[in-house]
Amino acid sequence: MRPELVLALLASVTLGSATFAQNLGKPATPAAMAASDISIGPDGAGLPPGSGSVAEGARIYAAKCVVCHGPDGAGAPGDRLTGGVGTLKSERPVRTVASFWPYATTVFDYTRRAMPLTTPQSLTNDEVYAVTAYMLSIDGIVAKNARLDAASLPQVVMPNQVGIVSWEPKLRRR
Amino acid sequence: MPNRRPSDLETPVAGGGLLHRRALLGGTIAAAGALSAAQAQDPIGLGSPLTMTRPGAGFSGYGAPAEWAQGIRRLTPPASARPGTGSSRTPLEALEGVITPSGLHFERHHNGVPAIDAAKHELLIHGLVKRPLSFDLDSLRRYPMVSAMRFIECAGNSGGLTGETIAPTATAASLHGLVSNSEWTGVPLSILLEEAGVDPSARWLLAEGADAAGMSRSVPLWKAMDDAVVALFQNGEPIRPEQGFPMRLLLPGFQGNANVKWLRRLKVTREATYTRDETSRYSLLMADGTTRVFPLELGVKSLILKPSPGLTLRGPGVYEISGIAWSGAGRIRAVEVSADGGRSWAKAALDGPAAAKALTRFRMPWRWDGSPLTLLSRAIDETGARQPTRTAWKAQFAPGQSYNYNAINAWAVDQAGLLRGVHAT
Ligand code: HEC
Repeated sequence: MRPELVLALLASVTLGSATFAQNLGKPATPAAMAASDISIGPDGAGLPPGSGSVAEGARIYAAKCVVCHGPDGAGAPGDRLTGGVGTLKSERPVRTVASFWPYATTVFDYTRRAMPLTTPQSLTNDEVYAVTAYMLSIDGIVAKNARLDAASLPQVVMPNQVGIVSWEPKLRRR
Repeated sequence: MPNRRPSDLETPVAGGGLLHRRALLGGTIAAAGALSAAQAQDPIGLGSPLTMTRPGAGFSGYGAPAEWAQGIRRLTPPASARPGTGSSRTPLEALEGVITPSGLHFERHHNGVPAIDAAKHELLIHGLVKRPLSFDLDSLRRYPMVSAMRFIECAGNSGGLTGETIAPTATAASLHGLVSNSEWTGVPLSILLEEAGVDPSARWLLAEGADAAGMSRSVPLWKAMDDAVVALFQNGEPIRPEQGFPMRLLLPGFQGNANVKWLRRLKVTREATYTRDETSRYSLLMADGTTRVFPLELGVKSLILKPSPGLTLRGPGVYEISGIAWSGAGRIRAVEVSADGGRSWAKAALDGPAAAKALTRFRMPWRWDGSPLTLLSRAIDETGARQPTRTAWKAQFAPGQSYNYNAINAWAVDQAGLLRGVHAT
């Protein structure tokens, strides 16, 4: 056993795990954090500079997305992205990005980190804003002439934003 | 005597195919009585399995299953244009006990298994912390560790049973094989978070993987400080690539997807991030049209594996019914089995002391009289939660909602001893 590990174990016995500290984490540099912090909060925290329009997005979609998600995001072979708005309470709910996702920030976050499937993280921020605007325009969630950026994207109200109930506090109360 | 080849036994002694009587020994013991003079003079090896008459194979750097067991494989999906999205399933009914061999742990990837260079991989902890820190594998291995048996279950497991029809070819593995159980070892996440110094305003973490899906999920801070682990080892060896090598987040009892593999980043936040995989996926559309997000803790569940479809009963007689039970809330308190479609139930025996948030094996002796019937099991966990009927489970949700399915499972047995999945509750 390595000497430092023996010391560590002794420390944990005498001090208890609450005060145990190996302190082996290296301080993270701002540059490293900036490079890897790619997640976007529902309030828009983390959205990058840049912008994109529905028209630009339509061109990107036709070039990079339509093969898998179909014309107008209608789906097949990949996931259906559009339609189904207003069906969630019906006998035949149709869950799509448009009908089901509570936040538009998630569309930006997911498209930027994971799409296109075969070349993820290859789009520029402008392209992600644009293709997000295009996908949301198909169901009229944004106007056909919309341009999205870090200020406007979090203002977009998704149809199912009112429908979500966080179940997590129930767990915490137990 | 599987090792004895016909050529070793079938020594011709006369024309027309007459063989040495030694061949008879292949089946059963020789007729009782004194050995003949010839047998007494034979070296004993002539009467022994071939393996006892020659040295066996040498050593190997990494053991493999017996040739006989090599048919025990994960159920992999058919070849696809998008091979990285989908799942493979644990062959539950081919296994015994509760440990899933690491190579048979189910897989669910959203864009393939990344080839990560462990020497370069780092885990970043940042956001609402006093000291943003990064940890490489070497330093994490120097922290005190904990080991525990834990199940991981995909929230989509068994979801096919929400549909009306069950394929006649469906098996325990094809219906329920997205659950596996391992001994996981790693560093309690609370230690790392305390080192970073969590801000009092923080309530959530965002956990992110280094795969091509950039898998990301929000984790309540209380869970991170409770029993969450940055797992480095699975069943004693470094985690397999398809399970998250070099490190994965382990959130005992939570939806499988939240146990983020290839963990590279934990961002401490005030609010949840509402990622795609906790809104579009792994959330629950309720009967009233509302959407329940973060239904993280999985319910109590059980499943009979012996017998189950594909494991045909060989005529009336005594059998052992056995299966697995688990709960995201803690230990299994009891499992009840019914062999008459739910009219009467009896308590099964549980193997060992049941571990919390881990598979528990139950067993029940049974004499089958050869008549058709339906076998059911239902589990109760230490919080008193019971497995619901399928009807009660479905009543909560909108049509088509199939995550977190934990209703009572039923196998119908026919006169020929064949089993198939049915809806009985
Ligand atoms: C090669 C096929 C392919 C291409 C090209 C592709 N996608 Fe996808 N997309 C998929 C698959 C497969 C998924 C589901 C991934 C998973 O398993 O999680 C998906 C999921 C999505 C989702 C989430 C859908 C949901 O309901 O959760 C969005 C949004 C999306 N893609 C947008 C795009 C955009 C925008 C582009 C073009 C920039 C694109 N995709 C290009 C295959 C593709």
